[in-house]
Amino acid sequence: MTRRIPYLLALAFSFAMAVPVAAALEPERERALGNLLVHDCGSCHGTRLRGGLGPPLTPDRMRHLPRDWIVDAILDGRRGTAMPPWRALLTPEDAAWLARSLQSGVVE
Amino acid sequence: MSAHRSLSWLFTLGLLATLPVAFAGGIRGTGDLGLVIERTTGSVRILETSGNRFLARVEGLGDLSHASVVYSRDQRYAYVFGRDGGLTRVDMLEARVDRRVVQAGNSIGGAISQDGSLVAVSNYEPGGVRVFDAATLEPVADLPATFGDGRRSKVVGLVDAPGNRFVFSLWEAGEIRVADLSDRANIVVTRYEGIGVNPYDALVTPDGRYYIAGLFGEPGLAVLDLWHPGEGVRRILSDYGPGDEPLPVYKMPHLEGWAVAGGRAFVPAVGAHELLVVDLESWDPVARIPLQGQPVFAIARPDGRHVWVNFALPDNDRVQVIDTESLAVVSELEPGPGVLHMEFEPRGEEVWLSVRDENRVLVYDTDSLAVLTELEAATPSGIFFTARAHRTGL
Ligand code: HEC
Repeated sequence: MTRRIPYLLALAFSFAMAVPVAAALEPERERALGNLLVHDCGSCHGTRLRGGLGPPLTPDRMRHLPRDWIVDAILDGRRGTAMPPWRALLTPEDAAWLARSLQSGVVE
Repeated sequence: MSAHRSLSWLFTLGLLATLPVAFAGGIRGTGDLGLVIERTTGSVRILETSGNRFLARVEGLGDLSHASVVYSRDQRYAYVFGRDGGLTRVDMLEARVDRRVVQAGNSIGGAISQDGSLVAVSNYEPGGVRVFDAATLEPVADLPATFGDGRRSKVVGLVDAPGNRFVFSLWEAGEIRVADLSDRANIVVTRYEGIGVNPYDALVTPDGRYYIAGLFGEPGLAVLDLWHPGEGVRRILSDYGPGDEPLPVYKMPHLEGWAVAGGRAFVPAVGAHELLVVDLESWDPVARIPLQGQPVFAIARPDGRHVWVNFALPDNDRVQVIDTESLAVVSELEPGPGVLHMEFEPRGEEVWLSVRDENRVLVYDTDSLAVLTELEAATPSGIFFTARAHRTGL
């Protein structure tokens, strides 16, 4: 199904579009974060974020969580679980962008 | 050109289009074929190691993140295990999906039985193992990973073992289970509880004797001797944790394809920049080899002389090569961002490597370390050669 490639591009693009410019990241950084979300978060949460070793990060679940809580979960990880702290690789702005993307519904 | 001749041309072209691998170059074998997973497009590339090229692409395999592959003993069919619970039987010669079932909501890998008649899939959701007839993909057995008060555990580290057994580990339950399918009508499952916190992956040694599960929740590995299963599970390397300040683990290491060379095993450490070396007679630690990053795969060249290691973020753009005699890093390569997997050709002279973020597959000469071939593929991840058909645990 070759339709998947444009779909993913659209996905990465709509991540960028869905985010208000408040924490304005460079487009290149947003692309890198979209890639990280799909592949590297995806290695535990599934490339479609529907769950794996980690729980699903689909918007229907993420919308019910406070955004700051999600940002903290990303930056500090979840102690005693396999969710690692990403602070060494991601800035708070990066994490906020990821949290917004997870909640914004473009993943479904 | 007469109408008759152009018709026969059309016919020939039609044959070429539908049977690309088998007949494009005449009748052929499958021993030099393999698959590359294209993880985001749900497709696989059929490759040929003799020509270092792709022969065909097969689409429609679903969500292939973390996909893995086993082969039928005649090396004609690949069983591809997708993340979305899809189990797809791909015909390597006709380059098409032969059969496909979606057997669970979320799965992580699979194995084929010693006699080649059964394929088992390990599932996260619903947690357990399902077993299928290898020829028809009809269900044969359902082995739910129920534990404690009836909860179900995610299943990891599923391998085949001699005696038509499947062995697997339970992430939440901290268990190893052995399912004996030598008699389909009377399947016996043996449980080993309390093997350690959060087994994350496992392997069986190439001789099929030892099943070894890596632990995420505490230091060490759990070992079950399948020659003497009554002796239970023992723990090794328990003092070899990452220390008081474990590094964040951005990617779980893989134990499948664990490097065994010269009577020693080379194991990726969890949460540390190290490869652990264990003596396979005594199970005593021999050394810890410092690495550039957190190892994901440690794979021995088939002659055992070198072990190649790739890494988790942020070092997933490189590969280190370790000499198994001196236990030193002897070479370092920078194939590019997102090196996900390495597969040696069966006699070890070349290795294929997927570089996800550059949409490339590279073939290296394992002596000169020169890049021999560069191929384009869409977000390539796992690479699996048909030679796996004849190896226990792969
Ligand atoms: C090595 C595996 C792994 C990776 C990689 C990983 N996670 Fe997680 N994540 C987990 C696990 C396991 C949990 C569940 C933790 C718990 O039980 O509280 C989790 C939980 C979470 C949660 C909380 C959700 C909830 O419902 O509790 C969020 C948000 C999250 N992860 C986001 C991310 C993001 C974003 C990335 C990539 C930057 C990522 N994760 C990468 C394993 C991982």
